[in-house]
Amino acid sequence: MNAALEFDGIAKNYKGFTLDPATFELPSGYIMGLIGPNGAGKTTLIKLVLNLIRGNAGAIRVFGLDHLEHEKQIKVRIGYVPDEPKFYEDIALKNLKRATAPFYPRWDDARFNSLVDAFDLPLDRKFKKLSQGQKTKFALALALSQGAELLVLDEPTSGLDPVFRQELLKMLGELLQDEKTSVLFSTHLTADLERIADFITFIRDGRIVFSAPKDEVLDRFMLVKGGREVLDAASRGLFDGIRVHTHGFEGLTSRANEVRQRLGDRVAIERASLDDVMVLMERKVEHAA
Amino acid sequence: MRIVLSNASPDPIYEQIVRQVRAQILSGDLSEGDPLPSIRALARDLQISVITTKRAYEELEREGMLNTVGGKGTFVAAQNPEFLREKKMKTVEEKLSEAVDQARLLGVSPEELAEMMRLLYGEGD
Repeated sequence: MNAALEFDGIAKNYKGFTLDPATFELPSGYIMGLIGPNGAGKTTLIKLVLNLIRGNAGAIRVFGLDHLEHEKQIKVRIGYVPDEPKFYEDIALKNLKRATAPFYPRWDDARFNSLVDAFDLPLDRKFKKLSQGQKTKFALALALSQGAELLVLDEPTSGLDPVFRQELLKMLGELLQDEKTSVLFSTHLTADLERIADFITFIRDGRIVFSAPKDEVLDRFMLVKGGREVLDAASRGLFDGIRVHTHGFEGLTSRANEVRQRLGDRVAIERASLDDVMVLMERKVEHAA
Repeated sequence: MRIVLSNASPDPIYEQIVRQVRAQILSGDLSEGDPLPSIRALARDLQISVITTKRAYEELEREGMLNTVGGKGTFVAAQNPEFLREKKMKTVEEKLSEAVDQARLLGVSPEELAEMMRLLYGEGD
């Protein structure tokens, strides 16, 4: 399988934040959700791809090409929506578009115009007059009109209402029809990815906890709930993460059969959501009784 | 083809697709040679992962429900109705013998079991 994007041991040290060497890949033609709490390193990974910051070690390959050596060539094939889109504040949208389009050989003006209609964007208005949601929509309209083969979206849905988020997911599904377009989508709102994402990469505290097909992740983990009295040292060992509160506990397990054997109907076992995985994985949270 | 996915279902999405497509083939709602949407088109329409859809189609192919013809698409495979019925009956037998085993363990009499089944049968539709 051809990879649209490969992280090969890429690492970054900031003051107060370290991204451990990250190695994973996004196969061409699929959607990957990059999930993790705020401050986990999602934006750092994304900025490394765009070469907005430099890594301290490792490499990134986009479309099989080293992202530093072939930067220009790669960038015209990437559509990027930052978490806080920034353009020249005093310029009207139509002029920002006019300044952007010539950089992209596959620019699709008809598509841009239809997106402007769909997103209800005021082309004559200056960028600074836009609401936060409109800024994101404008950045999306540009990114989706570039004929990009890789879309990199940094928290694109966080400032948007549910109706628009739904629209966006539909558009992404549409883009994937050509079997070539790939999407890297970072978010802490996992519900957006629960269904549509093909792969999930979970990052926390600067470390990749896992990167795997989403179905595998959702098949692997079950959520177990029960009273505190069923927890002892042995049963605790069955959990990949656990939260104990006054009235009981919630545990994440990849060993549901063993849990069923040992705890039987003293616990409720259900499928874990991505949110459950994100919140509980490798967690040991105890609240005093 | 009609597919309704539930996020509240305990079954994974791919299983929900497999079950519903299989049921429509067995009931005759889908017949031999009917084309199915492409994997990517179905993923788009249901707003689910391409990998999930692919997995469902692969499972249905393994069961002999679907055929994929390279370059042409995926179609409902020819089904032998008697063979299908036999296969389904075998599943019923297997499930029943499981129930009987459990009933024996608990000392449930054949009459009580039959009564339970009669009640369940009434509820079933």
